[in-house]
Amino acid sequence: MPPNDRIAEGERLLVICNSCRYCEGYCAVFPAMEQRLSFTPADVRYLANLCHNCAECYYACQFAPPHEFAVNVPQVFAEIRAESYKQYAWPAYVRVSGWLAATLGLVVMFLLAGSREALNANFYGIISHETMVAVFSVISGYIAMVYAMGVRRFWKESGERLPGVSAWMQAARDVFTMKNLSSSGAGCTYPDEEHSQSRRVFHHFTFYGFLLCLASTTVAAIYHFAGSVAPHPYFSAPVILGTLGGIGLLIGPVGLYALKRRRDPAIVDAQQDGTDVSFLVLLFLTSLTGLLLLALRESAAMGALLRVHLGVVLGLFLTLPYGKFVHGIYRSAALLRSAYEMARSKH
Amino acid sequence: MDGEAPAARNATFLSMAGVCQRLWDNAPLLLSSKFAWPPLFRGFAPPPAPSGVLRYGGVIGVPSLDRIRLVEETRIQSDVVVIGGGNAALCAALTARDAGRSVTVLECAPIEYRGGNSRHTRNMRCMHSAPTDVLTDAYPEDEYYADLLRVTEGLTTEHLARLVIRESPNANQWMKNQGARFQPSLGGTLHLGRTNAFFLGGGKALMNTYYQAAKKRGIQVLYNAEVTDVDIRDGRFHSGQMLLEGKPTEFRAKALVVASGGFESNLEWLEEAWGEAARNFIIRGTPYNKGKLLRLLLDNGAESVADPKQCHAVAIDGRAPKFDGGIVTRLDCVPLGIVVNKFGERFYDEGEDLWPKRYAIWGRLVAQQPDQIAYSIIDSKAMGRFMPSVFPPITANTIGELASALGLPAATVENTVKAYNATVRPGSFDHQILDDCHTEGLTPPKSHWAQAINKPPYYGYPLRPGITFTYLGVRVNEKAEVRMNGIGSSPNIFAAGEIMAGNIVGKGYLAGLGMTIGSVFGRIAGKEAARAAK
Ligand SMILES: Cc1cc2nc3c(=O)[nH]c(=O)nc-3n(C[C@H](O)[C@H](O)[C@H](O)COP(=O)(O)OP(=O)(O)OC[C@H]3O[C@@H](n4cnc5c(N)ncnc54)[C@H](O)[C@@H]3O)c2cc1C
Ligand code: HEM
Ligand code: HEM
Ligand code: SF4
Ligand code: SF4
Repeated sequence: MPPNDRIAEGERLLVICNSCRYCEGYCAVFPAMEQRLSFTPADVRYLANLCHNCAECYYACQFAPPHEFAVNVPQVFAEIRAESYKQYAWPAYVRVSGWLAATLGLVVMFLLAGSREALNANFYGIISHETMVAVFSVISGYIAMVYAMGVRRFWKESGERLPGVSAWMQAARDVFTMKNLSSSGAGCTYPDEEHSQSRRVFHHFTFYGFLLCLASTTVAAIYHFAGSVAPHPYFSAPVILGTLGGIGLLIGPVGLYALKRRRDPAIVDAQQDGTDVSFLVLLFLTSLTGLLLLALRESAAMGALLRVHLGVVLGLFLTLPYGKFVHGIYRSAALLRSAYEMARSKH
Repeated sequence: MDGEAPAARNATFLSMAGVCQRLWDNAPLLLSSKFAWPPLFRGFAPPPAPSGVLRYGGVIGVPSLDRIRLVEETRIQSDVVVIGGGNAALCAALTARDAGRSVTVLECAPIEYRGGNSRHTRNMRCMHSAPTDVLTDAYPEDEYYADLLRVTEGLTTEHLARLVIRESPNANQWMKNQGARFQPSLGGTLHLGRTNAFFLGGGKALMNTYYQAAKKRGIQVLYNAEVTDVDIRDGRFHSGQMLLEGKPTEFRAKALVVASGGFESNLEWLEEAWGEAARNFIIRGTPYNKGKLLRLLLDNGAESVADPKQCHAVAIDGRAPKFDGGIVTRLDCVPLGIVVNKFGERFYDEGEDLWPKRYAIWGRLVAQQPDQIAYSIIDSKAMGRFMPSVFPPITANTIGELASALGLPAATVENTVKAYNATVRPGSFDHQILDDCHTEGLTPPKSHWAQAINKPPYYGYPLRPGITFTYLGVRVNEKAEVRMNGIGSSPNIFAAGEIMAGNIVGKGYLAGLGMTIGSVFGRIAGKEAARAAK
């Protein structure tokens, strides 16, 4: 359906839900909805991004299809989210195929490394530190800018001012606990109608795994400038952080993928499966190649593994600005807005 | 086979080879349930067998080997059969199963619409002496009973009503033990946080919880199982007939629980009671409560209770679907404006009483108007003061235009509004209390919340009577045993829920009472049926 139809459909559902409100205890979407009598397209996009696709309100809905009201909030909101990502994207949305990005990343890294060989975990003998920094700062800078502009658009559309500290704290709590995937402790109805914490737990593995890997890279960069150059000992901060994160990024994506294969097709937007799966695969491969590199860094395979690891990382980074990762950005922004609104409505 | 379910002892016409074949067919399911994954990893268990595999004529229910019930192609057999698939039915089924009986639930709806009217509900009314996690303050037995006496004007059965009230906290706790979740009392909606416990996600979420519990405990649930006949002799149930997926099928049980709702979705029966006016009624809930079992029981000598015309009915948006429109079609703007009939004239005091009482009388009032239709008219001041309705209001900038858009005689409506506006006395408006805004010298008067309708745009909503559920039922005793004319209590027929709610509410209604009656009597019926099926 063309974009406006999805927004109109979202609005239609919100009007039904707002006169029902049975689901108000499930997540942040319903309390935010209840603050409104009517819904602008911006409201619909905001509420769709606030939705965590936990599916509680679908199974609990007496008006779910085949009922003529055909209320299916998680699916319609998933479709609206996908559209909203394109709308918020800056300067313009570009569809990046994960496979293409990974191939491109590998090609770039193999070209940059050329035919150099090195031993004893001498990473910079393969690709110089300057080259690594140059490549990854350029792409990271671009990603940061795209996100900043996207969030700016999201926020501008809300017409809100910048919230105070307490709203940020609340939003951070909601993100770090993934509260809206827990349905007050019972776990969400995913992959099927029965409650389970599995999605939240595997998301935690993925999310914290990713954060730990970023922390590892950051610490390694600091070490570098402090004069302690890679390879770091196995019991150094960068390697410990990276290893823990790497394990999370093996378990998390595999778990999420397994759940995805069993999930009820009624509650998701199957169109996004391609993007979702390629993201899962890239996360998994990044971690796998990193861990292999760590394990075999003293061996002759180091050169090849470094090329592959950096290639996959570059591929992952190329998908970040417009791929699945943006869900975390806009969901966080929506949680912030919701925390802000709720704090205000209590006064 | 030790501990085998009694049903397995019953005659089966399956050859051993057939049994083996069926076991083999169901092997994946046997394995998956036998070696259940811990909850966290449930996502990895193999997908459930297609629902077609385990219908009837095979190995049914929990496929653990010592509890398999073997059933012949056209007969269902169980210690206890429960007719219905709503709150009362599932409370009975789970209770009887916990007492060790084999239980079969016959639900005439398909799986998507299982749960009858119960899937439309939001809360239940509970007695409590101190604040709980889901209720504020206290709601003692005597206050509860006094409320009931007031709305029913005495049309209740005291010992049964007190039984429901006293058992309500236990029922609530039992529901929680089944996995039912309630909203925390703080998030309370409306003014009911003290008396009513709200189901998290509403009644359908509650039904899902029950059905999951039923599955885990090996209760056999048959959907598309419409009971069409029962063989009752001398007050005792022997067997019954149903259409199972359209196929005539017999069922037998040592005890029968009837929890199949009222007759609210039986349009012919409604017309019998109400005359032609019933054609314009809208049925707010399930289309499956056609009162088949009610009629069968009455025809087989069950004592009846309550008047066929008595029911819970409210005024709802006239654009609602004929069935199953549920909660979202309710309109709560009546006291904020005026209500006119199809001639454009007022007919009742819109400001007579507070919610929920006024909510419950308007269904009846509209039913008494010509063509069973009325129109609520409000102005911009009222917007935002009532729960939004699912249908947009009809909007216009003058009263005349609004009347035409609603299909009403414009001149009369203009006069009605003018006459009303002229008699409104100044006061301080507060729609939360019985305020002092009223009319003077108007007939009928508007005794509260009367404000001039003068701020455009103006809004109109069509109103129709919406039937929630009917009260005519079978008389029961405190053991949920159905009373049979000239015999006394039936030894093995029990009733719970709407089908016997008339014992407690013969008239009027208290919000949340329907689910409380169903939960309390459902559990009693389950317990007593288990005893009778020993
Ligand atoms: C919109 C709406 C909102 C409501 N809100 C509330 C509320 O908030 N709180 C409250 O307490 N009450 C509420 N009620 C009333 C409440 O729904 C009923 O009182 C209660 O659900 C009755 O439960 P029950 O199990 O007796 O009937 P039901 O839940 O209606 O179950 C009857 C079952 O019997 C089945 N059945 C019927 N005929 C046959 C047959 N021949 N063979 C096999 N199966 C059959 C039906 O399919 C159905 O599953 C509401 C009702 C409606 C319509
Ligand atoms: C910014 C670009 C990156 C560079 C230059 C880089 C480089 C490296 C290097 C050199 C190693 C080997 C460390 C050692 O053996 O001591 C490594 C390991 C690893 N990398 Fe990366 N990496 C980057 C980004 C990432 C990202 C984004 C992830 C995950 C999302 C990741 C996951 C891992 C893991 C799990 C390991 C193994 C554990 C460890 O040694 O820390 N890397 N990486
Ligand atoms: C920052 C805040 C974040 C929030 C609020 C958030 C929330 C969610 C939610 C609710 C889902 C399930 C619904 C959906 O697929 O859209 C999800 C899916 C997912 N998230 Fe996050 N996320 C965040 C960050 C991250 C991060 C940092 C990663 C890892 C890099 C990540 C990885 C994933 C993956 C891989 C999926 C897809 C799972 C699938 O396909 O089924 N998320 N996230
Ligand atoms: S999802 Fe359904 S049950 Fe939940 S609030 Fe919306 S309409 Fe009501
Ligand atoms: S799917 Fe879950 S998070 Fe989304 S609106 Fe429904 S209950 Fe809320």
